[in-house]
Amino acid sequence: MINHDIVIVGGGPAGMAAAVAAYDNGVTDVVILDRDDDLGGILRQCIHNGFGLHKLGQELTGPEYAAVYKAKVEERGITVYKNTMVLDVSQDKVVTATNRDGIMQIQAKAVVLAMGCRERSRGALNTPGTRPAGVFSAGTAQKLINCEGYMVGKKVVILGSGDIGLIMARRMSLEGAKVEAVCEIMPYSGGLTRNIVQCLEDFYIPLYLSTTVAEIHGKKRLEGVTIAQVDENRNVIEETKRYIECDTLLLSVGLIPENELTAQAGIDMDRITSGAIVDENCQTLAEGVFACGNVLHVHDLVDYVSDEAERAGKGAAEYVTKGTNNSEYVNVSAAGGVRYVLPQHIHTQPKEAVSLFMRVGKPYGKVRFTAKCGDTVLASAIRLKAAPGEMEKLVIKTDKFSHITGDITVTLEEM
Amino acid sequence: MERKLTCIICPRGCSLTVAGETDSLTVTGHACPRGETYAINECTNPVRTITSIVRVENREDTMVSVKTAQPVPKDKIFEIMGMIRSTAVAAPVKIGDVIIDNIYGTQVIATKNID
Repeated sequence: MINHDIVIVGGGPAGMAAAVAAYDNGVTDVVILDRDDDLGGILRQCIHNGFGLHKLGQELTGPEYAAVYKAKVEERGITVYKNTMVLDVSQDKVVTATNRDGIMQIQAKAVVLAMGCRERSRGALNTPGTRPAGVFSAGTAQKLINCEGYMVGKKVVILGSGDIGLIMARRMSLEGAKVEAVCEIMPYSGGLTRNIVQCLEDFYIPLYLSTTVAEIHGKKRLEGVTIAQVDENRNVIEETKRYIECDTLLLSVGLIPENELTAQAGIDMDRITSGAIVDENCQTLAEGVFACGNVLHVHDLVDYVSDEAERAGKGAAEYVTKGTNNSEYVNVSAAGGVRYVLPQHIHTQPKEAVSLFMRVGKPYGKVRFTAKCGDTVLASAIRLKAAPGEMEKLVIKTDKFSHITGDITVTLEEM
Repeated sequence: MERKLTCIICPRGCSLTVAGETDSLTVTGHACPRGETYAINECTNPVRTITSIVRVENREDTMVSVKTAQPVPKDKIFEIMGMIRSTAVAAPVKIGDVIIDNIYGTQVIATKNID
């Protein structure tokens, strides 16, 4: 058993930002464990631009954004164990990991979980048909094309209009493939509007809403798919079925926080976010264990991942140096059109202004978000539009802390 | 003439309206000055930043990611992609290294470090 003050599980954007923040808040004995051969996580394959506008004030590609944080990690001399797979994290903060040198156990004073998320696969969709080659998750295709230089197909249908699906529609088009259609089962796209414009409209790729892939055809290689419109209960409307010839189907049908370690540790999870239940410092219900980034909830922008990870890293450092905040917790819950809100509970005496993050369940026009404790408004904000793909934020300022006397509810009203 | 656009400069995605003739366009709906520039460009000379990859010839199965340092004319995207695809580089490569020079007034530069 070796000892380190703070162990970070995962060296993607969340892990790197958490490590840097922990170091800068006074804990220099920080180590990062990552299963890949370099820091950066999923950013390494996201070669498109649009990263860093909020956080760094410049528009970067994924690898460039990762390089900024990797440099910060290296400047501080933070130890990184690469090619290292974490097998177990216990509530006593013992981290068990394996790599070429064998197995190791680290006793930490605090642990930051930053494992990211993974893609939902074909198996999760129960799409009928054969099982030919040529069906990829969008992220797998992205890695094959962008990191390994292996073009996955020529005639493509994409199921799911989340940002990864849209980005891959453009990427495949740039590399000479014909993207026949992007199908979205919901009546609206889950991606950012800017991506619909620059990834689909620029390349004349049709987006079919309320439409799904009803059947997959082909023996060895994919030969085509049957697409069909769905009714309001997402059931296929038989008479709308039509066949599209293609050799590749990309699935961009949702991301799932990769929380096996969290669940194995017996840490309480939120049913809606599929991540741990946390407080304003990203501390889980296991004292000294923190979670941030896409393992906590799926983010739309890496800039927000970095912000959240900094709170987690700072929280972990303060836990190691000063111990825990002993004030009571109040619950924070979502109501009405708000699907979830994070953190799920906060201290009655937080140390600094508390940011609440939320997502809506469906698209709205002009709305007002309000966080209330009883009848007292703690924070509110007006948005011209709100969409499930775009995270919203409310800030409870320090002068409202005296009003945090009970549970907090976050609601929205249409205006 | 009136044209409705969605700004693609940042994730906010403002809904823009452009009115007037080519030499006197007025933009409404933008939250920042970059939106106004985008809308006018989009109606006169639409441009995009291209991101892609270039093969690293002295490293097995290794690609270096690249981008155009400045946005390039939208109608030249496929021509520039052809030039990028026929290019190879030798490692080491540093972020910012010029991979292709003088390409519609800008350069294609590396966005990844390859040791």
